[in-house]
Amino acid sequence: MDATHSDPRTQAPARPVLEGPDIARMLTRIAHEIVERAKGADDVVLLGIPTRGVFLARRLAAKLEEITGRAIPVGSLDITMYRDDLRLGPARTLARTEIPGDGIEGRLVLLVDDVLFSGRTIRAALDALGDIGRPRAVQLAVLVDRGHRELPIRADYVGKNLPTSLREAVKVQLTEEDGRDAVLLGVRETAPAGER
Amino acid sequence: MRKILIRGAQVLGGAPQDVLIDGEVIEAVGSGLSAEGAEVVEAAGQVLLPGLVDLHTHLREPGREDSETVLTGTRAAASGGYTAVFAMANTFPVADTAGVVEQVYRLGKESGYCDVQPIGAVTVGLQGRKLAELGAMHESAAGVTVFSDDGKCVDDAVIMRRALEYVKAFGGVIAQHAQEPRLTEGAQMNEGIVSAELGLGGWPAVAEESIIARDVLLAEHVGSRVHICHLSTAGSVEIVRWAKSRGIAVTAEVTPHHLLLTDELVRTYNPVFKVNPPLRTERDVLALREALADGTIDIVATDHAPHPHEDKDCEWAAAAMGMVGLETALSVVQHTMVETGLLDWAGVADRMSFTPARIGGLAGHGRPVSAGEPANLTLVDSAYRGEVDPAGFASRSRNTPYEGRELPGRVTHTFLRGRATVVDGKLA
Amino acid sequence: MKRHLISAADLTRDDAVLILDTAEEMARVADRPIKKLPALRGRTVCNLFFEDSTRTRISFEAAEKRLSADVINFAAKGSSVSKGESLKDTAQTLEAMGVDAVVIRHGASGAPYRLATSGWIDAPVINAGDGTHQHPTQALLDAFTMRRRLIGPDAGLGQDLSGKRITLVGDVLHSRVARSNVDLLHTLGAEVTLVAPPTLVPVGAEHWPCEVSYDLDSVLPKSDAVMMLRVQRERMNAAFFPTEREYSRRYGLDADRMARMPQHALVMHPGPMVRGMEITAEVADSPRCTAVEQVANGVSIRMAVLYLLLGGNEPAVTNPRTEEK
Repeated sequence: MDATHSDPRTQAPARPVLEGPDIARMLTRIAHEIVERAKGADDVVLLGIPTRGVFLARRLAAKLEEITGRAIPVGSLDITMYRDDLRLGPARTLARTEIPGDGIEGRLVLLVDDVLFSGRTIRAALDALGDIGRPRAVQLAVLVDRGHRELPIRADYVGKNLPTSLREAVKVQLTEEDGRDAVLLGVRETAPAGER
Repeated sequence: MRKILIRGAQVLGGAPQDVLIDGEVIEAVGSGLSAEGAEVVEAAGQVLLPGLVDLHTHLREPGREDSETVLTGTRAAASGGYTAVFAMANTFPVADTAGVVEQVYRLGKESGYCDVQPIGAVTVGLQGRKLAELGAMHESAAGVTVFSDDGKCVDDAVIMRRALEYVKAFGGVIAQHAQEPRLTEGAQMNEGIVSAELGLGGWPAVAEESIIARDVLLAEHVGSRVHICHLSTAGSVEIVRWAKSRGIAVTAEVTPHHLLLTDELVRTYNPVFKVNPPLRTERDVLALREALADGTIDIVATDHAPHPHEDKDCEWAAAAMGMVGLETALSVVQHTMVETGLLDWAGVADRMSFTPARIGGLAGHGRPVSAGEPANLTLVDSAYRGEVDPAGFASRSRNTPYEGRELPGRVTHTFLRGRATVVDGKLA
Repeated sequence: MKRHLISAADLTRDDAVLILDTAEEMARVADRPIKKLPALRGRTVCNLFFEDSTRTRISFEAAEKRLSADVINFAAKGSSVSKGESLKDTAQTLEAMGVDAVVIRHGASGAPYRLATSGWIDAPVINAGDGTHQHPTQALLDAFTMRRRLIGPDAGLGQDLSGKRITLVGDVLHSRVARSNVDLLHTLGAEVTLVAPPTLVPVGAEHWPCEVSYDLDSVLPKSDAVMMLRVQRERMNAAFFPTEREYSRRYGLDADRMARMPQHALVMHPGPMVRGMEITAEVADSPRCTAVEQVANGVSIRMAVLYLLLGGNEPAVTNPRTEEK
C-alpha cells in the first residue's frame, strides 16, 4: 500500500537489489526469529497490509507452520480509510480486511508489510486495528526498511535494511502479484505531495 | 409635418427602394426619392417589413405587474418590431367585462410604444361555465373582436358551440387554447420518450388534437370561424389541413419556440423550457415549419408570457409555464423559416403582420408598404448575428429559452404611425 | 465517477461494479464490534428530505454515521415547500453553513438535478429519490442484493449481472425505483422485463432498454429475480385498474405464482409492502423474499456511495475514458 514504490512515474531502469532466493531466505529467518521471540508463536495472528503485505504474511504463515507444525491464523488489514492523506487525492479503492475466525482479542498481532518508509501506513494500521479489537501486543515485520521515518515507529522484524536517498524509489515485486520476486531500486522523478 | 426618408431598404426583401414617411402615413415608395426636409434613415442591406402584429401577448396588467405591465410589454413589443399586440384576457381581474378591457386599451394608448388591442375572455373568470358579456366588450371603447380563455381551454362542448355562434353577430372570433383538461391533469411536459425517462407528467398530443378536431367540426356545424392558439403538434397540423380542405373557417397560429425547440431541452430540468403547450419533438417542429410555409398555419404569434425570476428559479414542477417572446420572435422566424428557405420576407410579412391583423380585425395594421398606408414599419438588419442576452430586454421579465443562443437578425427601427419607437436598435 | 449521483444512468459499468465491490467491504463492518470507520471524519452531510421517508432517511443516516460524518437532518415538508423557492433558499442556507454533501429526497422529479446544476450550492448532491424520476441508491442496493444472492458475496466481486433475467412487476408509471433499476441493470448487463397492466407503463417506455410484458405468468419461469413494485390503492380511483382484486389476480405474487419461478429465483421488494395487494403475506415472509436483506444492504451501498464520492478530494476514478471533468 505504499504509493511511492508502486509509483508509475518511477524511472526505469530500476536496479534489482534483492532476488527471489534472497527474499525466501529473509522470510525464513524472520519466521525463526518470530518463533524464538514469541515463544513458539502460539498466539500469533499475522495480518498483512494489502497488497503485497498480504502475500508476505501468507508466506510467513506457511514457514511458521513448517517450523511449529501448527496452523497460524493469517488475514489482511486494509488501512485505506485510516490514511492521513485520504483527502489529498481521489477516493481510493478499498482492499479486503479479513480477520481470522478467532479474532485478535488478547493475541499477538504481527503486522506484515513490504516496505517500511515514513511509518504512516503502520500508524494507520494501528488505528484500524483499534477498531477491530484489543490485541495483547502488536509487532511489525517488513521485508525492507528503507529509512526516512516521519513517525516514532520501528519494525520488530526486518528482512533487509536498505539505506536509500529520498530521490530513490523502492519497489517490491512478488510472484503472486508481479510474476516474480525481487526488490528494485530506482530513481523517483519527484516526491508527490502527500506521499510518504 | 415631420418627414422621414428610409433609404435603400429591401421592401419585403425585394429590390432596394426608398420609403418616404410624412407624418403618420407613407407618402411615397420608389427609387431616388428626395431627402429634402426629411430625416434620413440609411437602410441599405436592411429588410423593411410592415409593423409586426402579435395576436397572442400576455401583458399581465392588471394584476401581475411584477412580471410585466402594459408599458414594459409594449416597449418589448416595439423592440421586437411590433406595432400592435393583442393582450390576452387572463389578467387579475380577468378581462371579462367592458371595464377591464377598456382599462387595458387605455393603458395601451398611454404607452405610446405600440397599439394594444385587448382580447376578451370567453367565459366569466375563465371558468368555462358562463359566457362573459362578449357583446358589451365588443361595443366598448376597446372594440373587442377576439375572445379567448387562453391559459384554459373552453372544454365544455356546449359552451364552445354557443360562443362560436354568439360572436357571429358582430364578426368576432373565438381563439381556443386547445387542451383537454382531464388528459392533462398534472401535465409537466410533452408525453413521450423524454417524459417517460424524466418521470415528469405527460401532456399528450392527443389532448390538443382532440379539442381542435371537435372545434373545427363545431365551427363547421354552426358556420362560425375559429382560431387555434399555439398549435404544437404534427397531428394538429393534419387536422387543420383537413378542416381547411373542407372549407371550414379555421385559422391557426404557431409560436416561435415551437418552431425551434424540442422536449429534449427538458432534460436540463431548467424551467425556462417549461411552457404550455409544451415543447414537442423534432418531428412536430418540422411539421409546424412546413405548415407555416404552406399556409396551413396562418400566423406566428408569440404567446409572450413573462414571469418573475423566482417563478422560474426553482424546481421544474413548481415553476410557472411560459416564455417571453416578443423580442426574439422575428429572429427565431428568420432562423427557422427564412434561412431554411421555407419562407421569404414577403411570407414573413404575411405570417407576422398582414394575416394576424386580418384575423384580429385590426384596422390600420398589417397593411402593404405603399403610398397612403399608415406608416407602421419595421426595419430589420437580417445580416446581424448575435447571442441573446436577456439583460438587454425591454420586458420586465427575463424568462427566455434562448439565453446565450446565437440568433440572426436585429430590429433596428420600428415606426408606429410615422413615429420611431425604436432607433438604431434602441427604444426611442 | 461523476461528482453527483442523480440518476442510475450516470454510472458506467465500472462505476457500478466499484460501488458494489466497495459495499461488500462496507458490509463486513456491520459484523465488527465497532461499526465505525473514520473515512468521512470532519465531513458534514445534510439529509434534506422534502418528502417523508423514514426508511431511506435512517438508512442514509446510519451509513453517514458509520463513516464518522457529521449529520444534519433537515425535514422540510408542508406548505412552505409548495412554493418552489424554498429549495433554492434551503440550498443556499446549507451552502452558507458549509455542508460537504447533500442527500436529497424530493417529491418533484428533477429537483436533485436542479440542485446540482443551478449554482445554488457547490456540494455534491446524492439523489435519495425524486418524484417519479430516479432513486439510484435503491437500484444499487437491489443490484447488490441480486449479485450476493445469485453469484455470491465473494464470487461476485468484480462481476456485473450479465445474463441475469430480472423482472419488475407493478406500477412502473409512477415508480422511480423501476426507472433506476432499468438503467442500472441494463448497464450491468442484465436482461430486464417490465410487467404491468398497460395503464401503468409510461408512454415512451418502448424506448427503454428492456422488454415490456402484460403477462406475468409467462415471464415468471424465465426470471432469476422478480421485483414487486408498490402499487398504491388510490390508483384504482384514477382508472389505472378496475379493482384491487382484479389487480391481485393478474399481477399479484402469491405462492402459486412463486412456485412457477425457478428454484434459485429471488422475490424482491423495495418496501414498504402492501401485503395482499401486490404480494401475499406467504410470499413476503418466505425465505426467497429479500425485502429485509435489502434494507441491510441499503446501508452498505449508501456507505459505499458516500465514501466513493466524499472519501477523497474528488470522486473515485474508475475508467479514465469516462471520467468527468
